[in-house]
Amino acid sequence: MAPTFQDVFLQVKREIEAVSTREAVEMLLTSPGKGAALIDVRESNEWEEGHIPGAVHIPRSYLEERIETAVPDRSRPVILYCAAGVRSAFAAKTLKEMGYEHPISMDGGFGRWKDEGRAFVTPRVLNAEQLKRYSRHVLIPEVGEAGQLKLLDASVLLVGAGGLGSPAALYLAAAGVGTMGIVDSDVVDESNLQRQVLHTTDRVGTPKVDSAKATLSALNPHITVTPYNVRMRDDNIDDLLAPYDIVVDGGDNFDTRYLLNDACVRLGKPNVSASILSFDGQLTTFIPGESGCYRCVFPEPPPAGMAPSCGQSGVLGVLPGVMGTLQATEVLKLILGIGEPLVGRLLMFDALSMTFMELRLRRDPECPVCGHATMAAVENHREAVSV
Amino acid sequence: MSTIRIPPALRAVVGAPEVEASGSTVGEALADLAKRYPTVRQQLYDDEGSLQKYVNVYLNQQDVQYLQRLETPAGPGDTIIILPAMAGGM
Repeated sequence: MAPTFQDVFLQVKREIEAVSTREAVEMLLTSPGKGAALIDVRESNEWEEGHIPGAVHIPRSYLEERIETAVPDRSRPVILYCAAGVRSAFAAKTLKEMGYEHPISMDGGFGRWKDEGRAFVTPRVLNAEQLKRYSRHVLIPEVGEAGQLKLLDASVLLVGAGGLGSPAALYLAAAGVGTMGIVDSDVVDESNLQRQVLHTTDRVGTPKVDSAKATLSALNPHITVTPYNVRMRDDNIDDLLAPYDIVVDGGDNFDTRYLLNDACVRLGKPNVSASILSFDGQLTTFIPGESGCYRCVFPEPPPAGMAPSCGQSGVLGVLPGVMGTLQATEVLKLILGIGEPLVGRLLMFDALSMTFMELRLRRDPECPVCGHATMAAVENHREAVSV
Repeated sequence: MSTIRIPPALRAVVGAPEVEASGSTVGEALADLAKRYPTVRQQLYDDEGSLQKYVNVYLNQQDVQYLQRLETPAGPGDTIIILPAMAGGM
């Protein structure tokens, strides 16, 4: 006679190791984060209703496929749990067959855990509309639902709604960066439309930030876009930057770049900074305390002859498209905490030869803005005023 | 001889994005360039003949101020980059 489910289950129970909820807690408290791994093998809807803090979710049907990424070290003990202790027993047997040395099933599962009054968490999850809109993000292991939630929680300020700001803003809005601010005191001009793809012909004459908001809201109505139709100055920059996690420098003059740089260092804001001319672009990411700053690289501006504006020398329309999109890429990497941002590196792009070059940027310890002595003074001042 | 990468603002004057320059150090190569192109000398050097403070010079990936500055040896296979500060973004 063919074995029944009960026969099979009892056989599996004989072959695997099991622990009680109390024993599981003891194992997990021993060197937390480094000791036993905790895997929840239930379905997504069960996970969303609550799970044990610190657990990694791998539904039973994805176990073989995802366990090696979640627990690469087969010598590490792996505690598996489900609702009642059945699926976790089968999961433990599977891991044993895959060569895991200590797979362990937690008897009684999450049901017993809750009955015993033990702590659990209810995760934030994407709603159905978000799951649909951001499905291509959620599919990438390095992003997933957790990453998309980080994007939705992030806030980014774009300085400039022009050549660089346009593609940067478009891609950040598309990605679901939940809160965006855009600073620009200019109005849309016909000559902008060769490259500033946020704007349209029917908006010539309107403030760029209002035009930007209209485009971005149409693309993604679920994010907040705040327009700041102002010129960035000494007396407003700190207030403008304060609510935002990350700054994108898409400005078009040295005064703004230096002003923004100094404020980002002062306030501790990462600054993803790009510039363009004709066929060339530059990009780097300044992170206060980790990298240098704009003044470490360019302590003083060059004379006008050495740094003409796009209005004087021209720019291939698509060039800010490339650089602005790369700025958005850096911002997303910072928010998600993935990849290697261009910290301490200057990326130089030559569109004509289609080559990228990289230069090493160092932090100048004597820099008047971010040098060690200055930063120590800033820190002391911050501590003094927070008391 | 080494290769000098010309910043965008000077390319029209020099006529190419990269040129070969003679000399065995960064300083000699730049001086050779300046000798051949007076506009370049005017933009990069001050009246006393020193490189302007706003001019960043890299040898391959490294800023020469962290190497031996203008005495940094440069030869075949090396690229000297005059790094321009660019403000454009709009």
